[in-house]
Amino acid sequence: MTTIAELPPGFADKVLSAQSTFRSVMDAMARPGSVQRIVPGAGAPEPMMRGTAAIALTLFDHDTPLWLDARMAAISDIVKWLKFHTGAPVVQDCSIASFALISDGALLPALERFALGISEYPDRSTTVILQVESLESGRPFELRGPGIDGTATLQASIKPFDLFERLHVNEALFPRGIDAVLVADDAVVAIPRTTRVVSKGS
Amino acid sequence: MNAPAYNFAYLDEQTKRMIRRAILKAIAIPGYQVPFASREMPMPYGWGTGGVQVTAAILGPQDVLKVIDQGSDDTTNAISIRKFFAKTAGVATTTATEEATVIQTRHRIPEAALSESQVLVYQVPIPEPLRFLEPRETETRRMHALAEYGLMHVKLYEDIARFGHIATAYAYPVKVNARYVMDPSPTPKFDNPKMDNCPALQLFGAGREKRIYAIPPYTQVVSLDFEDHPFEPYRFNAPCALCGAEDSYLDEIVTDDKGSRMFVCSDTDYCEGRQAAGHHGSLSGAPYKEKAQGGTNG
Repeated sequence: MTTIAELPPGFADKVLSAQSTFRSVMDAMARPGSVQRIVPGAGAPEPMMRGTAAIALTLFDHDTPLWLDARMAAISDIVKWLKFHTGAPVVQDCSIASFALISDGALLPALERFALGISEYPDRSTTVILQVESLESGRPFELRGPGIDGTATLQASIKPFDLFERLHVNEALFPRGIDAVLVADDAVVAIPRTTRVVSKGS
Repeated sequence: MNAPAYNFAYLDEQTKRMIRRAILKAIAIPGYQVPFASREMPMPYGWGTGGVQVTAAILGPQDVLKVIDQGSDDTTNAISIRKFFAKTAGVATTTATEEATVIQTRHRIPEAALSESQVLVYQVPIPEPLRFLEPRETETRRMHALAEYGLMHVKLYEDIARFGHIATAYAYPVKVNARYVMDPSPTPKFDNPKMDNCPALQLFGAGREKRIYAIPPYTQVVSLDFEDHPFEPYRFNAPCALCGAEDSYLDEIVTDDKGSRMFVCSDTDYCEGRQAAGHHGSLSGAPYKEKAQGGTNG
């Protein structure tokens, strides 16, 4: 049995690491499709990537119900690490989650099952943090929307393969919707609900 | 025991996390006002507590901070906020727009074009553009939810019916990304076109009203108007008396009790930069400059 003392550590410098991580995520959200780097390191239990771990330490706390995919939820070290370092309550019902952590794209539920916000308060929605294989190589996606000067091209290997098709729900739902944050190791790309895919290669 | 008893950039980490989450949602829903648990700050409401909280949540040791109040770097409000962050976060400060990475502003957008590496943080007194038309928050929420903005157009139309033109000169309502009508904070409408397709991220913080909203970079921001009464930015029809600029927003300064006045750039950094580059206005070469040279003129 793992005790608390054996858990991987959090940030070495809580304050400045969280600030630096937040700026990367903020820049990613403000410029969809751009690849931002998360510099501060934190110990992360497998299969959690270091980027995901840093985002968790930066944004999660007792106010943010957290939903984990079945693979992560089954690993007690992950649940313990999140609980110890962030205090975020892990919930079974993804429709009340502020954040969802997805380590395996195949386990991503239908997006409609997450919190989508309500028309008066569209901000009360789930931010889906999805770990992907690569944000530098793979299929090209051409993106358009606020934060993008004309179009931006994202090259990524993403599971589920139809993620951008699924994110189409955002178009009809707006201003409600799902904001996605894609993480590959220390690289992060955000796809807020305003971003549209205009074309994609095969 | 003299070590500072506060955290980096004053706010505690839990507060920063809460504000940071609100900022991310604000960016994801351009122009929508995200409620946040605004804290009491060591300055009164109306002095920029919303902007200060947003700045505190994003600021890092690498940042270079500029603070302006009505375009000026050297008014009480601007100086005290700049000193606040120099003291609590140890960040470098500047008055030069180009050097800054974070610019906190009260009621102006700098004249110099902003870049992708900058964040503009606005201090907002009343974030709700519909508030003076509809006092109930539940109703204005519903109006935003339904994109029901007819009332705002009626207000602008009543301006035309009464004055012959749209008389709103500041806090001129804009529509962001063709969805939310947003209050740009009480900036002069001269500045509205600068918000459109701006390379910099724009964040808005209202401390007393507990709202954060944002305009992502390269986002469409349209000032509301009518086909036969198009939006027109306004500036005094005069050059700056100190630097001769004919394209900047001007402050009117009364110089005596006989009706004399001068017009000077409201953006002090822009004006000083132009003067240093050799531009002159009708009233430049002020007496204090002659004294500084040792009174050789006399």
